[in-house]
Amino acid sequence: MGGIGASVRRLEDPPLLRGTGCFAADVNLPGQLHMRVVRAGLAHGRILSIDTLAAAAIPGVVAIWTGADVASLPPIGFRQMGLTALEPYRQPILAQGVVRYVGEPVALVFAEDPYVAEDAEELVLVDIEELPVIIRATDPIGDFDAAHGTEPTIIRKEYGDVGAAFAAATHVVELDLIVGRHTGVPLETRGALAEFDDATGMLRMHGASKVPHANRLAIARMLDLPSERLHLHEGHVGGGFGIRGELYPEDVLVCLAAMRLGRPIKWIEDRREHLMAANHSRDQRHHIRAAVDAKGFVLGVEDTFFVDQGAYVRTHASTVPDLAAGMLPGPYVFPAYAAAAHVRLTNKTPAGTYRAPGRFEGSFVRERLMDAIADRLGMDPVAVRRINLIPSSAMPFDRGIDALGTPLVYDSADYALLLDKFLRHLGYDALQARLAARRAAGEHVGAGLAFFVEKSGLGPFDDVRLELYEDGRVELITGVASVGQGVDTSLAQITADQLGLSYEQVTVTHGQTDRIARGMGAFATRVTVMTGGAIVLAAAKLRQRLLAKAAELLQQPMDSLQLRDGVAGPTTPGPAIALPALITACLAEDGTDRLTAEATFESGHMTYPYGIHLAVARVDAETGGVSLERFAVAYDIGRAVNPLLVEGQIQGGAAQGIGGALLEEFNYTDDGQPLSTSFADYLMPSCAEMPPVDILLTEDAPSRIGTLGVKGAGEGGTTAAGAAIAAAVDAALGRRVPITQLPITPARLRAAIAGR
Amino acid sequence: MTTQRITLTVNGMTHAIEVEPRRTLADTLRDQCGLTGTHLGCEHGVCGACTVIVDNQPVRSCLMFGIQAEGRSIRTVEGLADGATLSPLQQSFWDHHGLQCGFCTPGFLMLATWLLERETPIDEAELRHVLSSNLCRCTGYQNILKAVREAAKGLGKWVESAPA
Ligand code: FES
Ligand code: FES
Repeated sequence: MGGIGASVRRLEDPPLLRGTGCFAADVNLPGQLHMRVVRAGLAHGRILSIDTLAAAAIPGVVAIWTGADVASLPPIGFRQMGLTALEPYRQPILAQGVVRYVGEPVALVFAEDPYVAEDAEELVLVDIEELPVIIRATDPIGDFDAAHGTEPTIIRKEYGDVGAAFAAATHVVELDLIVGRHTGVPLETRGALAEFDDATGMLRMHGASKVPHANRLAIARMLDLPSERLHLHEGHVGGGFGIRGELYPEDVLVCLAAMRLGRPIKWIEDRREHLMAANHSRDQRHHIRAAVDAKGFVLGVEDTFFVDQGAYVRTHASTVPDLAAGMLPGPYVFPAYAAAAHVRLTNKTPAGTYRAPGRFEGSFVRERLMDAIADRLGMDPVAVRRINLIPSSAMPFDRGIDALGTPLVYDSADYALLLDKFLRHLGYDALQARLAARRAAGEHVGAGLAFFVEKSGLGPFDDVRLELYEDGRVELITGVASVGQGVDTSLAQITADQLGLSYEQVTVTHGQTDRIARGMGAFATRVTVMTGGAIVLAAAKLRQRLLAKAAELLQQPMDSLQLRDGVAGPTTPGPAIALPALITACLAEDGTDRLTAEATFESGHMTYPYGIHLAVARVDAETGGVSLERFAVAYDIGRAVNPLLVEGQIQGGAAQGIGGALLEEFNYTDDGQPLSTSFADYLMPSCAEMPPVDILLTEDAPSRIGTLGVKGAGEGGTTAAGAAIAAAVDAALGRRVPITQLPITPARLRAAIAGR
Repeated sequence: MTTQRITLTVNGMTHAIEVEPRRTLADTLRDQCGLTGTHLGCEHGVCGACTVIVDNQPVRSCLMFGIQAEGRSIRTVEGLADGATLSPLQQSFWDHHGLQCGFCTPGFLMLATWLLERETPIDEAELRHVLSSNLCRCTGYQNILKAVREAAKGLGKWVESAPA
């Protein structure tokens, strides 16, 4: 039971329900010291002095470090999409003479107790001479340092003849659009615990997630250690969303300190630090223009945008602007396209990816454009979209540009079919009629709809090892990681499906660099596709071995046999052999205690799931408050491994998308002081703000990567939420106040209504 | 730092510990009593991940000092299951996929345990009103609401709201 397609409950849950989970803060080691980071209180300035005397005098303080103590270590490098032009902007692990954002690590306190460490941190006096602050990506370009400006690069993507498209246009529609600064904010803050064993020379770090293998190599390189002397271990992880598990200064610092101080070093961040120091995301300003013919067909699109990278370029390097520019065209034909992404350094917390990176922003921009075209031409928003969709007959569809370093080829899709199904599912015409009647009666209500294309299954490879024990239990060892999304269960289901077992017989081991040599990790919604692909290959080897033995024992041709429900036997009723007996027979032959199979799945392409969001919004014209009456998501997943978990991903993603559309924003003063440093200021949806999320899951366009047909589900709940909600608010206000900025806060909306 | 000797009663067991007066109940439970099921998401009273039950009231253990809990009856997530058997609420969270990363789960379980133990029946508005005091970043809440709703039904505590 519990094969592919079954909505089984999760293997992960029992310890989490009992309170016996093992999150980073739950790990303790004898003799551990607690690290506390002293952070910059000014957004840009030269460090004149750091006075640690008073702090060092507190009993229980063991050591205090400043930038000078780690000056020989290199800055944090890039994990993906690195560009030479970005290298001067990498972050040192402790500030080296200059601070560039409030929250930047400046010094470290190590103490016997976390409360004492915090007492001492408050006594470290950092004297900073202020330098000019840049707070918006669209501010004039300034100096990063003597040799480098604050615009390291412009990323361009283009195809077709944009000039000709505009020359031929009947209408040109232009918009200026802003997406606010927000981020993943997992409920568990970051944390790490490092231990160094002097006798063996082994360094271990607990609290890893997302990309343990990549971080292992990066830390080893920075500390100048052979990588086999370092292992990273992942425990339970309290949410990822793109930001967690990237290599941050603090990860390297705990490792270095464990070696230098000869004691385990524990670091658990507090929420205020998290909101100032972990990656931010989004924060883009777009100027987009479309060349449109008389019927509403878009001939060409030109987009110039500014990305607020914050104070340094971190591990993601150019990932977000690259994805934003590459995937902005979405599901539409757009015969000509040119995008220019200006990457700008400012004096804010550095930025990286957050669920649907670049696509949340790009979908907002593109779908606002489609609504504006509909308005200009007096067309129905659904009709404008429909005539611009790429037809299913054009699949696979090659955009002629790259995204994440892979050619952007939509592998399979039927956008129009999903639109039809969704409109029927929603009872769209009746819904619009009801809303129109309510508007006529004086209510401000409206519906908005937005398309999106997602990506998943980023390669280039994934390895798995399957170990089958005598009693029929299987251990699946993979180099991916879990960030709390249900990886164990889905991978166990795929394994069970391939071996004719119950998913409960499968144990999944991930995130342990000492169990498997390499691994790409869990990001970009890649796990189900890539690891699933590898499981199919490894399981086929085991199946081959088992069925060959069964054929011998049952005296039947092998191709008449199958593995099912823990038994090897004929596809039609007949004599069969239970799996444990069969395994025992194989093991006796091999003289081992388990059957092992390894496989690598490789892919140079991504797979592109897609969907549509619909929001129904009600606006209080007095206060500018927006409430959502309904939120619906149509999503073609290719094939769902566990629909219950897929729906859970979409519901959770939708909440984050809704947060980004209505509530969440990192605000700063003009001198770069962050104003959103607690949950009282950085507002996330509670269940009171969440409408029921209605999900239509379809499997009309199976992936062409691998044999399973699966596409990922991690991000599709988020992608078009901002766009759909903006359209709904527009509709609620009778299209008189076009929404051009997210989040749609009450203050902004009230001002817009008053100023119209 | 001066410490005080206190005895805490947690899930019916007594813990004789020595604790600084400034230490929060959450840290005391986690560090002194070894009960790490109570999680800290914000340490300033907003997220509810640290919710425990003190004398039959849900309490944010990050906003109370350990020494203030002396002489009171404290319940944490570790006390919900009866040996191998999950409580009906825990079981319902499992059955209805009411958790993803599980970090917020202990707080929600304790809050909802308190809700289900009250005399008064629960309707949808009350359910949402009470659960809106805790944050979850993964689930979008729908399955948390469902898990509590179904558990309430199983316990005969649910009433359908009057249609609006
Ligand atoms: S940790 Fe206590 S309310 Fe957030
Ligand atoms: S399940 Fe992750 S925060 Fe709630």
